[in-house]
Amino acid sequence: MYLNTSLSEQTTFFQKLRSFDFILLFCVLVLGILSSLAMYSTDGGELLYHSKSHIIRFAIFFIMMIVISFINIKTWHAIGYIFYFLVLGLLIWASLFGITAQGSQRWIDLYFLNLQPSELMKIAIIVCFAKYYHRVQIGNVNKAKNIIIPILILLIPTALVISQPDLGTSILIGLSGIIVLWLAGVNVKYFFYSTLAFIISAPFVISILKPYQKMRILTFFDPDKDPLGAGYQIIQSKIAVGSGGITGKGFLKGTQGYLEFLPEKHTDFIFTLYSEEFGFIGSLFLLLIYAILIFRILRIGALSRSFFGKLFCYGFGSAIFVYITVNMSMVLGLLPIVGSPLPIMSYGGSSMLATMLGLSIVMSSKIYNKQQIA
Amino acid sequence: MLSEGIGSNIKKSNLITRRMFIASTAKAVVFFGIISRLFYLQVEKNKKYLTLSDKNRIRENRLHPTRGEFKDYFDNIIAGNLDVYELHVIPEQVEDFRVLITRVKQILDLTDKDIDNVYKVKNKQKPWETIIISDNLTWDEFTKINYYLYDLPGLKPVITVGRNYPYKEVYTHILGYVSEVSKDDLQKNETIKKRNVPGLRVGKTGLEKMLENEIIGTNSVQRFEVNAYGKRINQIDYENGQQGKTIKLTIDSEVQIFTKELLKDKAGSISVMDIYTGDIIAMNSSPSFDPNLFLYGISPEIWKKIKNDPLKPLLNKTVSGLYSPGSTIKPIVALSALENDVITTNFKVNCRGHKNPLEMHGGKYHCWKKEGHGYMNLKNAIKQSCDTYFYEAARLLGVDRLNLTAKKFGLGEVVLGNYFNEKKGLVPSTKWKKKVIGQNWYLGETLINGIGQGYIQTTPLQLCLMTAQLANGGHKIYPKIIFDKKSESVESIMDKMKLSEQANKDETNFIERTEKEFDSNKKTYPTLYRNKENVKFVLDAMFRSTNEVYGTSYSSRIEDPKYQFAGKTGTAQVKRITEKERELDLKTSQIPYKQRDHAWYIAFGPYNNPRYAVSILVEHGGSGSSAAAPMAKKLFKIIIDRHEEREKINNKNSTNI
Repeated sequence: MYLNTSLSEQTTFFQKLRSFDFILLFCVLVLGILSSLAMYSTDGGELLYHSKSHIIRFAIFFIMMIVISFINIKTWHAIGYIFYFLVLGLLIWASLFGITAQGSQRWIDLYFLNLQPSELMKIAIIVCFAKYYHRVQIGNVNKAKNIIIPILILLIPTALVISQPDLGTSILIGLSGIIVLWLAGVNVKYFFYSTLAFIISAPFVISILKPYQKMRILTFFDPDKDPLGAGYQIIQSKIAVGSGGITGKGFLKGTQGYLEFLPEKHTDFIFTLYSEEFGFIGSLFLLLIYAILIFRILRIGALSRSFFGKLFCYGFGSAIFVYITVNMSMVLGLLPIVGSPLPIMSYGGSSMLATMLGLSIVMSSKIYNKQQIA
Repeated sequence: MLSEGIGSNIKKSNLITRRMFIASTAKAVVFFGIISRLFYLQVEKNKKYLTLSDKNRIRENRLHPTRGEFKDYFDNIIAGNLDVYELHVIPEQVEDFRVLITRVKQILDLTDKDIDNVYKVKNKQKPWETIIISDNLTWDEFTKINYYLYDLPGLKPVITVGRNYPYKEVYTHILGYVSEVSKDDLQKNETIKKRNVPGLRVGKTGLEKMLENEIIGTNSVQRFEVNAYGKRINQIDYENGQQGKTIKLTIDSEVQIFTKELLKDKAGSISVMDIYTGDIIAMNSSPSFDPNLFLYGISPEIWKKIKNDPLKPLLNKTVSGLYSPGSTIKPIVALSALENDVITTNFKVNCRGHKNPLEMHGGKYHCWKKEGHGYMNLKNAIKQSCDTYFYEAARLLGVDRLNLTAKKFGLGEVVLGNYFNEKKGLVPSTKWKKKVIGQNWYLGETLINGIGQGYIQTTPLQLCLMTAQLANGGHKIYPKIIFDKKSESVESIMDKMKLSEQANKDETNFIERTEKEFDSNKKTYPTLYRNKENVKFVLDAMFRSTNEVYGTSYSSRIEDPKYQFAGKTGTAQVKRITEKERELDLKTSQIPYKQRDHAWYIAFGPYNNPRYAVSILVEHGGSGSSAAAPMAKKLFKIIIDRHEEREKINNKNSTNI
């Protein structure tokens, strides 16, 4: 144990800098550039509010990510629970005193940024679980206590976010947590039973959903039923993507986005616009960048000596994957529309902040990958 | 402890690696799924979505096509266009229809009745169909509504094209009229369907309807980009529509107007035709109505009045009215009898008047003249229109030989082809009767056929054509009402006629000639006779009928050779005259209108060098000599005077070519 400690303490600042994962950084930069181009396009080919603030945020959070990467992975482990409860506190605060917009109370006004604690919770839940299971012996994972406590840890924020209401984010938080539970070694039968329970209770759950949420799920199955109402987004998004073709309509030449056919084109539907302008090839390229990003995160996890680091990287990499697939499936008409941003690409400070925070923890486990945590 | 911990840690690592591997495999599968979906949308279905995207983005606004104009022979516009200012609204595009209509009502001072109508239309239509709030805005109202347009979203002020007929009722039966397009129009005419825009007016009758596809014109198309809210961003394309073809007629407005005045307050028809070119100089059916009434939709009261008028203004009597030709058929009966060698010109019949009618098979056949004509030869029989003579001539001739000759000269067939709702009329034959009525032919029917009564029915235009084909020396011509630049000159036609006359001399068997020769595409002018002398004889008899004492239209003659014409009167009974009525010998004015005879007159002139044929019908006008023939006297003066003007135009045209 002393061996590890001494090793890590001996590394200089430059050695740390050198052990950064540059491929990962490169991927993040490419995503930043692509998202800035897409944002520029949504502003109609001008450097207006959305594109400007997106670029500035990206720059700030990118630098922030590099700086935070120097924080020792040990520290993240140490503050794991505190971090979770802090974000949980913010969530409760947002639910009580937050800003309401579009019928949902989910933001805290921080003057320079409207913080959405639910986005941070996506990271906090992984950190919290990673710490929890770091300590649990393999034989004890499936003991009742070790099942019930994590479920509570997961259910409380998820329930809070649903009540905001923000179905999309709560689903993403839930999925992130469940993935970590899976990775930590929770018995397969629990997943099987809970899936079964979910399916059985689904009709009941749907019946207590808000009417607009119900409508979204129903229109997913038949978007043409109400082409100007709830099905509108799915239809228009599919038209935009489909009309892009192999090579796309060209940068700034997308007609669907430009003509305001795309709802929420800056945020959840940024991929639609991107795909319309850059086509199948452009979309493949974006997917490739994401794949490399996820691969690097998982690779770092694999090389990480500490169980905390490993679990976090695997968990976070998988979570990023879930965010991407949920968002893309949604805009491509494979899933009902739920609010879920595309990591880094979508406009939105909190989402980017959360992603960058997660990436810096990943980077930290790379820099301090020899670190053993007690 | 340490080793146990390490062992446990390794186990834990193995577990997580194993689970991670499963998760990664799942990820790869899902990623592949997304890529497939992208491929499906962007590569497989690209075309479909590209079209959808264009539809989304580009809105087309089709504007009114501009109808082609109609001109008379002297290039006067007889059907033109004028701008009409309309106000349209599409309920679907309006947020609050009631508020909008109330505002419009205030701005335009509309009546409650107008508003009721708008709601009535709205309830009948689909929400995306256009409602025409007003089709008759003044320029002031139009600018006013445009001024308020910014806070009246969904309202559309539209400039459309309306039809204008400067000659009013003069051309109604030729041109027809236009009125708002109906469902029926859309179903029957593909072109209208394609060019349709809200408020489009299309031809309903006459040439306006028959030439619809040529004159309708093409829509101008405005294409502009819109955003998701349907708001225009910019116009990307403007396609200029083409005005429909301008149609020039052979009609001379001066003559046409004059025929209208002749028939004023009467029901009847006048046709004037060039006996060589077949040009129709005038074609009038009376009474008529003003087609401009239909511009803004005719009021139900006026429409009802027109529809129920006993003089039938809606009927184009010239081509769709069927009448017994009466004595106007006699020249053809005479010609047929001569051609078939049934009688000679010296053949005589004793007419003893209707006190002593011809009795045959139990039937009595009266001459119109009470005292009778005495012994008549053919020339005098035509001149004085002796019925008894023609009973006898018809009896000798037989209905089937008469049928052949009558058909050759244009009876029983449509004259102008498909332009009008033309009636074929009827020239009976024994075969026809057997086939259609299922009875044998009776000799008595032949007899009354000989004086143009019975089954035989003709239109005024057919009789005009018949007269023309006699007057030109017995040659087939091709009547037309639409001016054709490429049509032959009169000189060329006359030359061709001489050639066919020459050819005719070599042929002897007139009756066996086939119909093939009359194929109008060849544009030959074949002879319709066997012996030219027979035609000359008939024409001479017609001349005497007008210009010699005892001729039936002697009182309507013109002595000036420049205007001198020849003609034949006709008085067609509309019902069988009873013995009692015959004894009463009532004057026309004493008989109820509906039972009065139709008055006919057919004529051609100038006699020395014939050029024009005329047919005049006055429905229930009484005798041809008193009601119809005097009109010809007035008419020929105008026709011959206008001929000089017409020649000027012809010369100009030929020098231009």
